[in-house]
Amino acid sequence: MHMSDALISPGVGAAAWAAMAGGVGWASRRLTRGNDPRRVPLMGVMGAFVFAAQMVNFSIPGTGSSGHLGGGLLLAILLGPDAALLVMTSVLVVQALLFADGGLLALGCNVVNLGMMTSWLAYPLVFRPLAGDRPGPLRLGLASVAAALVGLQLGSLGVVLETTLSRQVSLPLPSFLGLMQSIHLAIGLVEGLATAAVVQALWKARPDLADATFEPARTSLLRAALVVAAAAALFAGGLSQLASQSPDGLEWALEHSIGTAEPQAPAHAAHALAASAQAATAKLPDYGGGSPLAGLLGAGVTLVFALLVGLGIRALRRRTPDGAPAP
Amino acid sequence: MSVPRPPAPSRSFRLLSHAGDLDDLAARPSAFQALDARAKVLVTLGFVAVAASFGRNAALAPLPLLAYLAAAFALGEVPLAAVAARVALLSPFALLVGVADLVLHRAPAGTLWGVTFSEGAVSFASLLIRFVLCACAVFLLAATTRFSEVVHAFRGLGMPRALATQLLLSHRYAFVLAEEAGRILRAHALRAPGTGAPALPVAGRLVVQLLLRSLARAERVHAAMSCRGFDGDLTIRPTPPARVRDLAFVVACGLFFAAVRAVDVPTALGRALSP
Repeated sequence: MHMSDALISPGVGAAAWAAMAGGVGWASRRLTRGNDPRRVPLMGVMGAFVFAAQMVNFSIPGTGSSGHLGGGLLLAILLGPDAALLVMTSVLVVQALLFADGGLLALGCNVVNLGMMTSWLAYPLVFRPLAGDRPGPLRLGLASVAAALVGLQLGSLGVVLETTLSRQVSLPLPSFLGLMQSIHLAIGLVEGLATAAVVQALWKARPDLADATFEPARTSLLRAALVVAAAAALFAGGLSQLASQSPDGLEWALEHSIGTAEPQAPAHAAHALAASAQAATAKLPDYGGGSPLAGLLGAGVTLVFALLVGLGIRALRRRTPDGAPAP
Repeated sequence: MSVPRPPAPSRSFRLLSHAGDLDDLAARPSAFQALDARAKVLVTLGFVAVAASFGRNAALAPLPLLAYLAAAFALGEVPLAAVAARVALLSPFALLVGVADLVLHRAPAGTLWGVTFSEGAVSFASLLIRFVLCACAVFLLAATTRFSEVVHAFRGLGMPRALATQLLLSHRYAFVLAEEAGRILRAHALRAPGTGAPALPVAGRLVVQLLLRSLARAERVHAAMSCRGFDGDLTIRPTPPARVRDLAFVVACGLFFAAVRAVDVPTALGRALSP
């Protein structure tokens, strides 16, 4: 999934570099505040371990081919999300500089697709809730597979979007998307199984590591919200340019049944009241003609609304003294 | 009885072996190697950005950038054969995407000497040329600048200290752990000859062995660093100031890249030379 410079435009590359710089800078500051000297050599050696582990190929039954561990999810499980992002970034930088495996301009895209998606989304939002505290083999396997699938699906989606937005190739989006997502479904399954196998065997050999691995997760709401906001902005601001101009299912059905996609509202006081209220509040009627601004504004308002709902529910739960949910 | 062949080395193994050779090349003195690492990093980033900025229909316009590569390879005394071998090993993802373009877009784009070229062919050629240019520029940087110098250069350009430390340590121990992985794989091959790549459960146990050895090594490294007064911050030497020749190198390359981007030299030459 390493993207090369030939697939990326300078604009998309620069935007991804900015996202990488922000994310890596933030993760670095958080790790520096932790001030654990043991972490430095451990992270350094784990980065080297990823290179070495990728030399160990395993056969994939029924395909005649072989694969190797990617390592992103394993790093997140063993080191935590911030350290994992830093280690994955170092792996990708070394791969780009020494092997030219993945370009320099595309480095930001690769860090976002292969580092952030797994460390900051798949691990805290999928693996930790599913694995819980000290999971058994089955639960660990399910959590690993689910997290690997989600991480790789998001990563390959990132590849498709970045390539499409760069307009350096003219592959039809549905075909490109279908091909990438389906291939990475299989890769995610294998990665999840491989990660679960390694973690399970590691805990058998070093039970002390299992305790250290499952410290209470400090999920950062702000970090998760920023990642979701960035994804929403990318979709709304960028992908909206590629939106289909064809009518949607309802419009198509109306056109073919009554001859118009926008039937007249009946002359009734309730309809008139609703229409005047909508005219007063709709600042971008018909999505502003489909402009990216409309998409970004809509995504922003939706995100704020969703955050307020979540914060409101949190506040309600905290009201009860013993922590029981409010009636 | 025939001796079973050991499994072919994985792509990762071959890349790692070549990386070691590049570091040896970068240690050799040459006119290009003597340039400031920050200047070389900036020029490489500029080269890659300019090469990537050509559209998919501009197959020939990026070709003048080869002049920079030719001059730099000569000044850096980098053998071209070594670069060709490495480019061949690189991820085929970009090429697969280009081939898909070739297959899907068959509308004619033009004819040359009686041969009709499709839009997909032009796009594929453009992708291939840009891919080779960018890969060669990065290999040039790696072959003429030691990895630690590149990290120092990025540190001077604003890379966080924690990431710089991480890069230096990972690079330092990548080759050590690769040897460890090689020993583990050789032991497996000797005990299970002719079986090819191991099945997932077996490979998992091999990886765990490597991981346990890596964790033990990390603990020894930490103990050694603590004995030498390590307090969580790796001391990185300050970057020396840039010299006039380094600034001149950056400016000259910047002007050249801008000129190549602004003027389609191959097309202009072709028009001037055609009857």
